Amino acid sequence: MLDISPAEWTAILLSLRVAVIATLVATPFGIALAWLLARKDFWGKPVLDAVVHLPLVLPPVVTGYLLLLTFGRRGLVGGFLADHLGIVFAFRWTGAALACGVMSFPLLVRPIRLSIEAIDRRLEQAAETLGAAPYKVFFTVTLPLALPGVLAGMVLGFAKAIGEFGATITFVSNIPGETQTISSAIYSLIQTPDGDAAAGRLVIVSIVLALGALISAEWFARRATARLHGN
Amino acid sequence: MLRVDVEKQLGEFSLSASFSSEGRVIGLFGASGAGKSSLVNMIAGLLRPDRGSIVIDGETVDDTASGIHVPTWRRRIGYVFQDARLFPHLNVAQNLDYGRRMNGHAPDPAQHRRVVDLLDIGALLDRRPGKLSGGERQRVALGRALLSKPRLLLLDEPLGALDEGRKLEILPYLVRLRDEANVPMVYVSHDVAELRQLATQIVMLKQGRVTSFGGVKVLT
Repeated sequence: MLDISPAEWTAILLSLRVAVIATLVATPFGIALAWLLARKDFWGKPVLDAVVHLPLVLPPVVTGYLLLLTFGRRGLVGGFLADHLGIVFAFRWTGAALACGVMSFPLLVRPIRLSIEAIDRRLEQAAETLGAAPYKVFFTVTLPLALPGVLAGMVLGFAKAIGEFGATITFVSNIPGETQTISSAIYSLIQTPDGDAAAGRLVIVSIVLALGALISAEWFARRATARLHGN
Repeated sequence: MLRVDVEKQLGEFSLSASFSSEGRVIGLFGASGAGKSSLVNMIAGLLRPDRGSIVIDGETVDDTASGIHVPTWRRRIGYVFQDARLFPHLNVAQNLDYGRRMNGHAPDPAQHRRVVDLLDIGALLDRRPGKLSGGERQRVALGRALLSKPRLLLLDEPLGALDEGRKLEILPYLVRLRDEANVPMVYVSHDVAELRQLATQIVMLKQGRVTSFGGVKVLT
């Protein structure tokens, strides 16, 4: 039905790869941070909370520029990673994944945090009386009970990552086959004469992906409630 | 078996209790707000005393003078809460097996069968906690605590959330547990009749103080 060209497929597959990698790498950090924010009281917690949400309110071009300054070849972190570990972000698809991971992080963390806060802590106490060390309590009680929230956060983060534009194009530019995601491909197409049809096809793909993600996030949230009621 | 000598300030309420018992079932008796649950939580390690010591089966698990505080998960106690607290994401069989897995014990099918038979929960093994009645839930919680092979079983008003009929349904299991399971127990209740049936020794608490200690006859 949709007659998608090889160039458009390249952008779609790149977007998927970038979003999947960004989500998978960000998830463990997201869980750790959500747990910290849900359970611990420490000095500077409001600041950390604000920093996590910053990409949500900051102009994406600012986030992208800050990433460029930090993770670019001459950046403090980017230079170190390139020289010592051979990891390069600048103008690579890995940089697009980093930008998408940072931009989607607040959306990833929030549902996880809410689901951890909703867990009855007395269940964790019960686990402790049965001989479970704290890390075992986390992996056998806390995490399984928070799992629907984790999955919902991953789906939302993924949806955000696949649609990310401003930070990505600022940080890693718009190179077909390397950093040109669906969004930047659409951006290029609508500036090209006769690009409308191709742009339209990619727009439809975007809508389908976003809707799919939102519907599955909703489904996971409902599963979470059922699970906490022990049915 | 159990030696307790603790002080704890909880807001306006001050708890100061001292007793030592070799009894098979120590009944902790008192009105609500007398400090029974705080005391049991201290024995479990969920609450830390301000001053004093707790010795379970010869092992000092709390001693503020020498800075000893053994964490709950290393105390080898079983705890049955008033609200069962079964894990909602696990079925009954997995709930029962939880303590064994966490302690790294080898499977013990004979013990498993004994406990399941003792509590009549064989028919419930595949169910989720959400599908159990209050009484069934409490029996599974008892089984779960026993199967972690505790050296002391703490029961905090295990019948408190049940109506009269259900209480009468569970009591015989508790009597059987006392006579057959061979695990010393601390049984918290504000119900004289319950303690008369179960306890071998009574610690009476009133406003955070032990007012009497002795055989069941102190419950007059």
